[in-house]
Amino acid sequence: MTKGRLEKRFGLLKKEGRKAFIPYIMCGDPTLEKTGRMVRLLEECGADAIELGVPFSDPLADGAVIQAAGQRALAAGVNLRVSMEFIKKLRDQTGLPLILMTYYNPIFRYGEEAFAKDAPACGVDGVIIPDLPVEEGLAISGEAARHGLDVIFLAAPTSGDDRLKKVARASRGFIYFVSITGITGAKLDVSDRLRASVEKLKKVSKKPVMVGFGISTPEEAATVSSIADGVVIGSAIVKAAGELPEARLREYLLALRAAIK
Amino acid sequence: MKKGYFGPFGGRFVPETLMPALMELEAAWASSTRDKAFRREFGALARDFIGRPTPLYFASRLSREFGGKKTKIYLKREDLTHTGAHKINNALGQALLAKKMGKRRLIAETGAGQHGVATATGAALLGLECVIYMGSEDARRQALNVFRMKLLGAQVIEVRAGSRTLKDAINEALRDWTTNVKNTHYVLGTVFGPHPFPSIVRDFQSVIGKEARAQILKAEGRLPGHLVACVGGGSNAMGLFSAFLKDKNVLMTGVEAGGKGIESGKHAARFAGGQIGVFQGAKSYLLQDEVGNVLGTHSVSAGLDYASVGPEHAYLKETGRVRYTYATDGEALEAFGLLSRLEGIIPALESSHAIAEAIKTAPSMPDGSIMIVNLSGRGDKDVQEVARLMGREFEKEKTSPGERKTGSL
Repeated sequence: MTKGRLEKRFGLLKKEGRKAFIPYIMCGDPTLEKTGRMVRLLEECGADAIELGVPFSDPLADGAVIQAAGQRALAAGVNLRVSMEFIKKLRDQTGLPLILMTYYNPIFRYGEEAFAKDAPACGVDGVIIPDLPVEEGLAISGEAARHGLDVIFLAAPTSGDDRLKKVARASRGFIYFVSITGITGAKLDVSDRLRASVEKLKKVSKKPVMVGFGISTPEEAATVSSIADGVVIGSAIVKAAGELPEARLREYLLALRAAIK
Repeated sequence: MKKGYFGPFGGRFVPETLMPALMELEAAWASSTRDKAFRREFGALARDFIGRPTPLYFASRLSREFGGKKTKIYLKREDLTHTGAHKINNALGQALLAKKMGKRRLIAETGAGQHGVATATGAALLGLECVIYMGSEDARRQALNVFRMKLLGAQVIEVRAGSRTLKDAINEALRDWTTNVKNTHYVLGTVFGPHPFPSIVRDFQSVIGKEARAQILKAEGRLPGHLVACVGGGSNAMGLFSAFLKDKNVLMTGVEAGGKGIESGKHAARFAGGQIGVFQGAKSYLLQDEVGNVLGTHSVSAGLDYASVGPEHAYLKETGRVRYTYATDGEALEAFGLLSRLEGIIPALESSHAIAEAIKTAPSMPDGSIMIVNLSGRGDKDVQEVARLMGREFEKEKTSPGERKTGSL
């Protein structure tokens, strides 16, 4: 199989000795048109990949900011299918790796097999499913891999060594380490534990390790990127995109980008 | 069967952060079931604190009115437990388990407030911190229970997200647990959520069926022909049914909330109106739209007002072992009044759904049949809300005298 966009990008980053900046935005918050503009802006500001959230009625791993964004996107009529079609259209404009972040039930409803086939056909490179632990996700991961779609699993600060190993082995594209014991948008706590967990993951696997949840300032992004292969920033960017005028938003994104190295 | 599954239903669909806690809980549960001291301590509390065994009561006037000479209706009196509903069986058990695991803080969701009250009670008894999540709509219609929880020393957090009912309270409780998992145990109140909760809750509630089975054999010398219980998440029903699953001649009926009728879309009848989905940790039947978003539900009873149903129930439906039906708001309200007048027992609105089904089916049962209805809770908590609903009905009667009266409330 030819190399996917994610693999190529991480290969390039490694060669250049750089760390990945992966912003998260909610697809359709508050409109798809705005999401399209955000994707262009994020690419201009140096994003290495973009995570697109699929709105869900009951986002139990998300804090207040992303819950509210999801409500706006649901009101705009966005769902998994719409998000996939949106990415298909977006593919004319961007070659960035695009990752969907969706809860499991929309995929289950769509049909695991159909999703594993249709998503990469639309130009989706990876999928993160926050309520799907490794044990429940092996079937879809295998099916997705056959079609060139990476299922990215999450590891958490509560995961013991055996589970870190399990996640590292199963995850494709990269390993997503959740920086905090909590939900998205909570306060970051950079501890020795974070460093130790990331090092453990790196020891058992050659896959890149991204760290996300709770990172909002350039300083935090700098600290985390010194530990991991890259940083995922969600709630803070979703909030900024909704509140800041475009010039200030661009400044903020560029500051994040500059901090991640 | 795959571990943590009931046929294709169940599983463990939660963020990785919670997986180690679920495994720790599973191990603690397994060791406590083997631990004689734990069983003795819980047994003593069940007797002296909860008030077990609860009576199996022959409802003679109800039987005469609806069973003719043919059917004897017995009520399993979980309404007589301390705190007034079966919820205490599980809440106290899990509180004890949490303490054994070294957790200092209990959190729980609650719909009707009975599970919240039971958890707050367990926390007070064992000296643990307690936070209860409750949808603000449920808090409004179960105001009495909110005050009870506060009296018991619990903090009650009203959840204003989504439909402001049980499912939203569970989302918030799961978020809390994800954040505070190290020192906190989540006392899930029903046979739902990720493995091992459906099994733990069923096991703690199985005392209902074990007692009922022994009691009916003593009273009648034979097994009942039919068991009836209401099904929200389904813990009181699993508690009663579990002791009879191998008795092939015992029919079982689970009664969901029909709300304003299935056609209206305003109901919580997952088997009648849902499809298989994955929600809040488990694969089961789910009220959802065509793209997998969870639909709002409606029931006059907060405890049945939930979009999904215990995975073991889904399995029992699939295998045909249990029949599932529903009672509407109107039927439940009518049963609420009937049982109050005929037997001097004011049932919870949840349990009223089971009573409604019992009086519907009793007349058509074979001669000499015995039926056991699980009277899962008492109705004191509902009196205020029923009075409010009655007031509304009376107003309607004044403006449109041609309309049919709902029940004889």
